[in-house]
Amino acid sequence: MEKTTNQKAWFLVLPVLILVAFSAVIPLMTVVNYSVQDTFGNNVFFWAGLEWFEEMLASERMHSALGRQAIFSAVILAIEVPLGIFVALNMPKRGFWASFCLVVMALPLLIPFNVVGTIWQIFGRLDIGLLGHTLEAIGIDYNYTNDSVDAWITVIVMDVWHWTSLVALLAYAGLQSIPEAYYQAAKIDQASRWSVFRYIELPKMQGVLLIAILLRFMDSFMIYTEPFVVTGGGPGNATTFLSIDLVKMAIGQFDLGPAAAFSIMYFLVIMLISWVFYTVMTTIDKKEMV
Amino acid sequence: MSDTAMTTTAARSGSKGIALPRINGSFIVMTLYLLFLMLPIYWLVNMSLKTNQEILGAFSLWPRNLTFDNYLTILTDPSWYMGYVNSLIYVVMNTVISISVALPAAYAFSRYNFMGDKHLFFWLLTNRMAPPAVFALPFFQLYSSIGLFDTHIAVALAHCLFNVPLAVWILEGFMRGVPKEIDETAYIDGYSFPKFFIKIFMPLIASGIGVAAFFCFMFSWVELLLSRTLTSVDAKPIAATMTRTVSASGLDWGVLAAAGVLTIIPGALVIYFVRNYIAKGFALGRV
Amino acid sequence: MARITLENLAHSYLPNPESEDDYALKEMTHVWEDGQAYALLGASGCGKTTLLNIISGLLIPSQGRILFGERDVTDAPTTERNIAQVFQFPVVYDTMSVRENLAFPLKNRGSDPAYIARRVEEIARMIGLEDELRRKARGLTADAKQKISLGRGMVREDVNAILFDEPLTVIDPHMKWALRTQLKSLHRQFGHTMIYVTHDQTEALTFADKVVVMHDGRVVQIGTPEELFETPAHTFVGYFIGSPGMNLLPANIEGNRAYVNGTEIDLGRGYGKPQGKVEIGVRPEYLKLSSKAGLPVNIRRVEDVGRHKIVRAEFFGHDINIVAPEGTEVGADMTKVTFDPARINVYADDWRIAGEAA
Repeated sequence: MEKTTNQKAWFLVLPVLILVAFSAVIPLMTVVNYSVQDTFGNNVFFWAGLEWFEEMLASERMHSALGRQAIFSAVILAIEVPLGIFVALNMPKRGFWASFCLVVMALPLLIPFNVVGTIWQIFGRLDIGLLGHTLEAIGIDYNYTNDSVDAWITVIVMDVWHWTSLVALLAYAGLQSIPEAYYQAAKIDQASRWSVFRYIELPKMQGVLLIAILLRFMDSFMIYTEPFVVTGGGPGNATTFLSIDLVKMAIGQFDLGPAAAFSIMYFLVIMLISWVFYTVMTTIDKKEMV
Repeated sequence: MSDTAMTTTAARSGSKGIALPRINGSFIVMTLYLLFLMLPIYWLVNMSLKTNQEILGAFSLWPRNLTFDNYLTILTDPSWYMGYVNSLIYVVMNTVISISVALPAAYAFSRYNFMGDKHLFFWLLTNRMAPPAVFALPFFQLYSSIGLFDTHIAVALAHCLFNVPLAVWILEGFMRGVPKEIDETAYIDGYSFPKFFIKIFMPLIASGIGVAAFFCFMFSWVELLLSRTLTSVDAKPIAATMTRTVSASGLDWGVLAAAGVLTIIPGALVIYFVRNYIAKGFALGRV
Repeated sequence: MARITLENLAHSYLPNPESEDDYALKEMTHVWEDGQAYALLGASGCGKTTLLNIISGLLIPSQGRILFGERDVTDAPTTERNIAQVFQFPVVYDTMSVRENLAFPLKNRGSDPAYIARRVEEIARMIGLEDELRRKARGLTADAKQKISLGRGMVREDVNAILFDEPLTVIDPHMKWALRTQLKSLHRQFGHTMIYVTHDQTEALTFADKVVVMHDGRVVQIGTPEELFETPAHTFVGYFIGSPGMNLLPANIEGNRAYVNGTEIDLGRGYGKPQGKVEIGVRPEYLKLSSKAGLPVNIRRVEDVGRHKIVRAEFFGHDINIVAPEGTEVGADMTKVTFDPARINVYADDWRIAGEAA
């Protein structure tokens, strides 16, 4: 759409600006402030420069948390995106059963994060959980509280359970926008099922999939509550992701300086990766136009 | 899909009532997926209807001694049910605030070029990328220092951090779909901007507002880290109340499960009311 | 290439149709000759697209059979019928180039690459896209996209029929003429059976050898443009074809005389005494205004549309239209109208009845 230039539009943006400045800029300034200072308690601070940043960049703890986080996000994206598309392709297109599927699928999305954690914590328990109990009964050695592989699997399955529907619903919305004539034309052209997916469905889902991937990446990278409730970051540090580590550091140990430096780098990493995702995907899109 | 499957769905589309789904590949995939989604929830419901003795004693797939005591405990104890009230209050406040500030901003982004518009839009979106964990402590200090700690408005404002950018983004997508000629016609017909916006423009993007509100409700309702950090007693959300049973002497599994089930209900109700818009709405006007 | 036969065909979108009203397509038996260009004409919702989808196999009819040549294809899937179809809105594969789009139907059938390349060039020339072959289809205009759809429809030489579902709706008016002329010459060149759905009578009459007029789920007439004009088989055809449509006047008929509000009109042929709703139909072109002889009319309004004038008038309480040829002065004294007996059609319950020479 043609847009007109109008500087007065700033007035319309002003409320958002004030609100977000209040809820984002001021706290962020506090964080920056902490990140460059040190304290011996009693609210006495002194300038520490980039010391905390250097310390955090060199810290084994942050590296391993970042590594775990990256693996976690990569794994859940690799599972949820294809699975979500696959589910969307199999959903009924209209009628009662379509609504039924939509409602059931949207349900996990509206459960508070800690309840999601609680559900899976209970579900996986050996004594009272259906999953844990069943696995034990059929002789599979499973215990998410002291086996780190089991803990990882539990946390990943939980995230897949929680968020695949979001990808599926977005993909489904994309599929719904394809006119019936495309499928009819494909039949007449004798296109294979794969061709229909590759040349009709995938291009139409591209826009919403970009949103899905970005949202899933950002949210998985910030994940805190669900794994914390299930595993508390354990066993050991096996499921201590960035946010869990950060909260431990800031609130548990009250290491404000390092935590603040950590926060800023954390934020920057998310922004950087999101930006790369976005740029890469939109460039591919532009290339296709020519 | 085979040809016959397609034609039967087409032939059926005019019929009323609920036709049983055909048993085919898609049906099996969907059944398995929905089963995967429902099982953990079923287990929670199952537990909430049992006594603690039964939960910890015999392992059973359904409650043998059906009891509603767990629910009664929650619904009669103010420290429990006020958690729901608190949560609902700040969620609704947040949704109203987010939508009302996002509407004019989204309009500006969708209609005008102005100095720094692209940067501003991107900067807004970066706030959606801010990990709540990063902001928890600064928020705590900020709201404590201005005397808003443990109030509903504090949580509502804190959640604006990620909900306002999202609302602006969603609404902008929907608004772009409304042709500009509509604005111009309205001005020619003598509408002032506020009157045009409320009487003509808002009804046109009603579904967009609905979707944005749905997402604000969703993300505010499910968030725990910030809402727990910013409250202690008066505005304590239900999600935080639940952690209490964990620390209490001897886990009260039944009550915990019942509380969990009750937190699912508002979401389920919201979904039920918007079910017909979900498919279109999730596309966020961007297909 | 094949003759298409529809045998007792009917279709309802309801699972258990009860009355005739439940059928989107009422029972019909027709033969579509091989190599003809047909236009399927009718108002929106009359069942044109349903019929087309049954022929292409996208819908399976509730009853009846479809034969391609001698072969029963009623339950055969679209791919086995070997037909091509062009839709109302451009259906192109966005991420493919124009060349890939045109090659797609041939490639899926495993044609020889050299043949595909040659054929694609040929089609691209016909639709005027030879310079755009390398471009992605997505960035093209709606016009160009629809041309690609047309091209994809015609790229296969061995198809039984090519079906067009209002293919020129999105095309600019001046392009419409060009494309339609092109389609027509393609038809002459390759001799495919073509079925062209439209609600635009000009499009139908200029494109087709035979026009099939549909109304309310029924084929009401199949005929050449001339037949549709001169002897509409159904009042709907009379009203739908022509601009303005045929004048219909309720009448009583006795033998070769019609009485409209008691006024006698000579029919030239004998019709006996038809029962039911009886009307006479006469095209505005066959009414003549004069100041002397004839029956009385009140002229309400005269519209000059360039080549002729349309006179809106009242005739014994009924609205009628009269076409006055270019150059005729429609003065205040023109208060009489004469009917050409040879051009009057008689309808009983909307269907035309043939008269006997009196």
